[in-house]
Amino acid sequence: MQFWIVQSLNSLAMGGLLFLLSAGFSLIFGLLRIPNLAHGGLFMLGAYLGATLLGGQMNFWLAALLSGVAVGLLGVVLEAVLLRRLAGNEQGQVLVTLGVSFIIADLCLMAFGGDPMPLGAPRSLRPPVFIGGFAFPGYRLVVLGCALAVAVLLWLLLERTRLGAMIRAGVDDREMARGVGIKVSRLFSAVFFLGAFLAGLGGVIGGPILSAYPGLDADMLPLALVVVILGGVGSLPGALVGSFIIGAIYNFGSALFPDFAYVVLFLPMVLVLVIKPTGLFGRVLR
Amino acid sequence: MNMRVIGGWLLVVLALAAVPVALPSAFYLGIATHALIFAIFALSLNILIGHAGMSSLGHAVYLGVPAYAVAWLTVQAGWQPVPTVIVALLMGTALSALFGILALRASGLGFLMITLALGQVMWGAAYRWVGLTGGDNGIRLPARPALLGFDLSSALSFYVLVSIVLLIALCSLWQFDRSAFGACLRGTRDQPRRMSMLGHNVWLIRWAAFITAGFWGSVAGVLYCFDYQFVSPQALSLPQSAEALLMVVLGGAGTLAGPVVGAIIITVIKTVVSSYVDRWYSLLGLTFIVVVSVMPRGLVPGIASWLRGKRA
Repeated sequence: MQFWIVQSLNSLAMGGLLFLLSAGFSLIFGLLRIPNLAHGGLFMLGAYLGATLLGGQMNFWLAALLSGVAVGLLGVVLEAVLLRRLAGNEQGQVLVTLGVSFIIADLCLMAFGGDPMPLGAPRSLRPPVFIGGFAFPGYRLVVLGCALAVAVLLWLLLERTRLGAMIRAGVDDREMARGVGIKVSRLFSAVFFLGAFLAGLGGVIGGPILSAYPGLDADMLPLALVVVILGGVGSLPGALVGSFIIGAIYNFGSALFPDFAYVVLFLPMVLVLVIKPTGLFGRVLR
Repeated sequence: MNMRVIGGWLLVVLALAAVPVALPSAFYLGIATHALIFAIFALSLNILIGHAGMSSLGHAVYLGVPAYAVAWLTVQAGWQPVPTVIVALLMGTALSALFGILALRASGLGFLMITLALGQVMWGAAYRWVGLTGGDNGIRLPARPALLGFDLSSALSFYVLVSIVLLIALCSLWQFDRSAFGACLRGTRDQPRRMSMLGHNVWLIRWAAFITAGFWGSVAGVLYCFDYQFVSPQALSLPQSAEALLMVVLGGAGTLAGPVVGAIIITVIKTVVSSYVDRWYSLLGLTFIVVVSVMPRGLVPGIASWLRGKRA
């Protein structure tokens, strides 16, 4: 019984972590149609920046925010310098973002070395929480709470604000949006900032669970892909549901069949592809 | 066949024959052999990228799985080389048939992401399933076996074998390009809806192309295992798939010479540069960005149109 309760809570926490990872990827992919394969690299960069700032005794949430903003600004530069010229050239975007992710991974290895860097959770959140008589690491519930807060904020931003309406207009019909006076390229910078910001933020918030280590990028990118393919490309509800499904499979998979956990992770994706290729919440893409 | 075509093929054969004469040392011949094996691999990926218009980021599966099959069957099962090679090729090709069904549920970016994810599945399996694959340590092949009485242990004899396989690959892909099927495949790339309206089964044509690419990739995989006499999860990794994609795009997708040129350039840069600096991944990333920004169509089409411009 204890196994099931603890693993279920772990699954929820992992789901939250996966949502923080994949929301930005889904946003950029869905709204800009750019497959940002540097997303795992941005997540790792956020984790390393966070570890460095926390090493300097900075407040945890301030460090998370600062790392997110720094990674977000890097994202804006990437979009403006490299990706804007490649609009519509998917293969080019793939190669360039992959190239960027290799450079980020290599530079992180050079700057931070090969040993994992731990990120400490805020001291007040470290004590275990008792649920139904079982001790459970309190920070994991905080991750879940952060993910839900981000989900709500993103939904409000996209559906209830003027900026969100402009973004949706720019995505549906770029020419028409330009015609009515929306500065589409500035809008795209904003979306890229938001996506990269979420990656950096997720890297720090997930840090106390994952820590920052070389290869974190390559571990996380496939997870983001699976979540997004499963949930449906470009759909935020899809990313949320997909994250919790994959989080549960990841946890129970590693507990029940440790050798095959990584492979089991991809089974729901395969299943969904065979039954409904657009993903659970996806729309038909071109 | 006109004179130019015959001249072109003669030139390829002469160039392949000239390498052992110009670079007799086993070290340089070894680098040339690596380059030619990756040329075969890049040619196989080019069927998807150039002819079918579908970018795959999981092609390393068809390099790594047959390579693992060769290593495992030789070392663990103690099989003879000929059945080992046949079974490895069959495994790689069968896997491409299976993965093709999954990946072709989508097109464009969806196809790319599914191939990437499937590639990661195989990488993860190779990495974690230590009992079968030896995990990160990989499997070492004790010696290059003799194949049909052909001793492959020397650098020269293995180079000759790889050159012959490359020539066969070039010839058959050239015929593939000129065949009715090649024309159909390009049709599905450029005008899928028209092709399906004309009564062609677009899905089946793409699936056949995917399997063809898987077969030639497996050929490269078997040679890869013989070449390095070692296979580790690296052969299945995303950087390996990405490198092959870079070779194709650098040389020129959709051309016969492009992937070969791209494979030679990348292998030479990789071998030469990694012996001087250990920042190979940064350089690889930079190469991606430069190739896409400066010559999006690739070297071979770029140089060809430059020459035509000069003549005009």
